[in-house]
Amino acid sequence: MRDTAREAGARHRRRVLLDGAIAAAVVIVMGVLRGVWSNELMLFNFIAFLALSQGLNIIYGFTGYLPFGYVGFYGAGAYGFSLVVMHLHASAMVGMAAAAGAALVLAVILLPLLRLSGAYFAIASMAAAQAVYEIVANPDLEAVTKGPYGVSLSEVFAPAFSYYVALGILALALALVVWLRNSRFGMALQAIRDDPVSAAMAGVSVVKGRTVAWILSALIAGLVGGVFAWHISVFYPDTAFDLSVSIFSTVFLLFGGATTLTGPLLGVFLLYGFYNVIGIAVPQYFQLAYGALIVLLVLFLPNGLVSLLTNRGIRVP
Amino acid sequence: MLTGAIVAGVVFGLYFTLVGLGLNLVFGVMRIVNLAHGDFLMLGGITAWAMFSGFGFGPLVSAGLVILLFMAAGLPLYYLVIPRLLRSRDSEMLSLILFFGLSQMIEAVTTISIGATERSLPPRLLGVGPMVILGTRLPKAWIFSAAASAVAVLLVYLYLYRTRLGTLTRAVMVSRDEALATGIDLNFVSAMAFGISLALAGVAGVFAPFILGSITPNMGVAINITAFAVIVVGTLGNPLGTLLGGIIYGVSLMLMQTFLSSWANLLPNLLLIAVLLVRPEGLLGRKTRRA
Repeated sequence: MRDTAREAGARHRRRVLLDGAIAAAVVIVMGVLRGVWSNELMLFNFIAFLALSQGLNIIYGFTGYLPFGYVGFYGAGAYGFSLVVMHLHASAMVGMAAAAGAALVLAVILLPLLRLSGAYFAIASMAAAQAVYEIVANPDLEAVTKGPYGVSLSEVFAPAFSYYVALGILALALALVVWLRNSRFGMALQAIRDDPVSAAMAGVSVVKGRTVAWILSALIAGLVGGVFAWHISVFYPDTAFDLSVSIFSTVFLLFGGATTLTGPLLGVFLLYGFYNVIGIAVPQYFQLAYGALIVLLVLFLPNGLVSLLTNRGIRVP
Repeated sequence: MLTGAIVAGVVFGLYFTLVGLGLNLVFGVMRIVNLAHGDFLMLGGITAWAMFSGFGFGPLVSAGLVILLFMAAGLPLYYLVIPRLLRSRDSEMLSLILFFGLSQMIEAVTTISIGATERSLPPRLLGVGPMVILGTRLPKAWIFSAAASAVAVLLVYLYLYRTRLGTLTRAVMVSRDEALATGIDLNFVSAMAFGISLALAGVAGVFAPFILGSITPNMGVAINITAFAVIVVGTLGNPLGTLLGGIIYGVSLMLMQTFLSSWANLLPNLLLIAVLLVRPEGLLGRKTRRA
């Protein structure tokens, strides 16, 4: 008789190893590239989008909720960092903790949005992000947030250190996705996504599962926002709450394929690479190209690039 | 000051009804969200501006032209994209992404062809001097835009409740499957609704310079949030509820601008979140919508 339990265990270990190896390779490559490539800001942006699209993957890929206002957490993180550093003259690491805290507080405030579904959730979360922006950028709060005039954090400026902290955040995001893909909890989330009623009947706690995914996803965006504020050190609320952050992350995620580890990675490396080649010089042409890409993707490849393989029964890590 | 804010709010509310009406019609008939609605509105405004600066046409002529143009553009766009979209697994969600892409394309093409500067039309095109209503002095251009919006809303009402095609449209709104089983040409009815929706957005765009002040290629997102707030407050999928939503939105916006002006931009966002959370079926809705 075949020992199926042992085989399944071995297969599970192989999958975890493969996923982990891919994640580690990405982190190492991004770390090594810094010494090779002179354009540090571009590499930093790559890391930021790699982490953001995986953070979005946690909530969209595993629960089916697509927050158009994902940038709200990013902006909250950036301002959580800035406020602590500006007013309390705290160190950068305290600022990062504040960034995480700000995103978590916002996530808890917005928890009721999870009662909505589909388009309603997407639009409501976008409205929430806009609302946070309107508060932060309000000229009446200039004494607190510097209003629309932007913040300057030169006292903690440390490009090298912040780069490696960003790398650590990317490692965390990748590790979370690897864990979700290979754990009981991640399976439970996917069951909720596919059929919440049946999942609840099978004893899965729907509310708890969604809440945990939402908070983890917000945490990643908040941390990326905080490290962005730290690395850039001079920015405006328009940059920290720029809707293109949500849009880019969403497009990268969908282009590659949600719920997988490699999908969002492919999306960022291909599309953001493409953007850096042609987009910076002529942003409108890039906007046109990715608008068209989104339309074609939804019509012809709604499950992303990886579905070319998964539709043929090939498992993609 | 209070009556002033309320009167101006009703005037603005009529205009915002026009902004939301097309979006709601499409949602009601096809259960998809046209996130490019604000961009079609922007295109309407650009057309009005081009007509005026190129040929000296006033907004009324432009409005007529925009209706024909946008209807004509809406029908092929419908057949090109939407039947395929509606066959997909989760069309409501995917529509959001698809039309987002379309909105990006429209914004990019507009910026490439005419640049990102603000365009406006001189308000004197719609009459000079103020008009007094209940002791409140309002620019004639506002009154005129509100009146034009009211006429457009009335025409949509007549279409839906006094024509055969309108009856079919309402049947599709109630149940797509049953309408199909009755032998209604779903695609034709939906295509008409889509064309009308684009025409409504275009007309709203023609009057946008007078009410909103100016037209920029990237105004779409803000308009979309406003339009969505209006139709959610009213009740999604109920075109007449949009009127109620529009007036509530207009009056509360004017009250905010009068008494708490720097926070006025928060309003559509907060109103939208609050209504979605407290009464997701909208003010006129029965508890049927899954939200």
